[in-house]
Amino acid sequence: MDAFLLEYLPILIFMGIAIALGLVFILAAAIAAPSNPDAEKVSAYECGFNAFDDARMKFDVRFYLVAILFIIFDLEAAFLFPWAASFGQIGMFGFWSMMVFLGVLTIGFIYEWRKGALDWE
Amino acid sequence: MDEFLTFLTIVGQCLLVLVCLLISLAFLLYMDRKVWAAVQLRRGPNVVGPWGLLQSFADFLKFVMKEIVIPAGADRTVFLLAPMITFVLAVIAWVVIPFSEGWVISDLNVGILYLFAISSLGVYGVIMGGWAANSKYPFLGGLRSAAQMVSYEVSIGFVIVTVLLMVGSLNLSDIVLAQSSDWGLVGWYFWKQPVMFVVFFISALAETNRPPFDLPEAESELVAGYQVEYSSTPYLLFMIGEYMNIVMMCALTTILFFGGWLSPIPGLPDGALWFILKIIFFFFLFSMVKAIVPRYRYDQLMRIGWKVFLPLSLAFVVITAGVMKGFDIDPWTMTEEAHEMGRGVGLPPELDLEPVVEPEKIEAVLPSEAS
Repeated sequence: MDAFLLEYLPILIFMGIAIALGLVFILAAAIAAPSNPDAEKVSAYECGFNAFDDARMKFDVRFYLVAILFIIFDLEAAFLFPWAASFGQIGMFGFWSMMVFLGVLTIGFIYEWRKGALDWE
Repeated sequence: MDEFLTFLTIVGQCLLVLVCLLISLAFLLYMDRKVWAAVQLRRGPNVVGPWGLLQSFADFLKFVMKEIVIPAGADRTVFLLAPMITFVLAVIAWVVIPFSEGWVISDLNVGILYLFAISSLGVYGVIMGGWAANSKYPFLGGLRSAAQMVSYEVSIGFVIVTVLLMVGSLNLSDIVLAQSSDWGLVGWYFWKQPVMFVVFFISALAETNRPPFDLPEAESELVAGYQVEYSSTPYLLFMIGEYMNIVMMCALTTILFFGGWLSPIPGLPDGALWFILKIIFFFFLFSMVKAIVPRYRYDQLMRIGWKVFLPLSLAFVVITAGVMKGFDIDPWTMTEEAHEMGRGVGLPPELDLEPVVEPEKIEAVLPSEAS
């Protein structure tokens, strides 16, 4: 096999072992532990009351907003990784092109901040 | 046959790392509880085994003997898949961690990128667990936790970039070796990036849902957050995954800022022992923070993440890059030292010097050869 891909084989093997171990844990409890569910035991916990309605309710749109912002900035971080790794070889041109990119992103960040997208009250 | 042998070696290495990790985790959990107890002037676990040392193993047995309760309205597959995902992701991150020079299962050349990807995926376990239970507390806890983990993920990414700029490689062994010096701890990146270390440490607390940022599982408001409906070994898998992530973050702090396996005192040999000691030290800090700092409010948490850490770490990326370009400092992988260790990139500096024979002399020689 390709030597390059061979480096990734341990990850696959380790993942297999981890999945097996996790399954063993769950199966061990399924076999060793008693199992006699009743209506009260399997009802959703709500401090002793019966559940009022479905738990998958509406939630604040801010959580969605944070997720969108995360995608932008995480992509940016992922974009910075190869730039940082080759920083010594790309010269002044590489340096300034990334500075321009970061500048554009900073303008967007300031806009978000001013718009109040980062506020929680 | 040869391939089979390689395969067996890898399986052996994986099992060795996994077993060592799980056993040390049992004692770290015990240490966590003992530190917490000592701060509150309690004794902590002291019944099972000498000084209560076997407490975690007793807990493990108890977890296995308990009934797995799955709520009636829950999505059974996702409900059981969530702890599995958390556990598996927390474990496989350890594949790329170098315990000492060459002591690593897979020395990926994109090691830190791999870790970044795996820790980003970690949020799925939490959000799936919170959603699948079909109960209100887990749902709210899952939402909070997802937003919190992604917020701090971003600043962690930028902090890593500042270190990468100085190293010039994504390989974790390179990052550690770049911090070696003749004067022991003087070469560590902590001295060059102290602010980034603080940002990284606090972000690591938030990323792993540790107090003072344990809002997803705040007992006083959300009971236990996304873990409310979990019992028995599925809960155990969540807990192991969570602690494994904490130790992972300690290891990453050590590698990025405190020289990994390198000895702090000149003259003493480097080795895995230093790496383990440093991890234990940072785990102790995690325990102390848990014991002495009160919990944050959710809006304060988001404000620190987005309005302080993000601009600060972004600014430090620019400053680090600017200083390196301005003073013409090469990343470590381009220095002579790195080439001597066989970890350099590009031409070694000594080959980059002026040509031995000057161009005019070559021209002067050529006509005489022709005649």
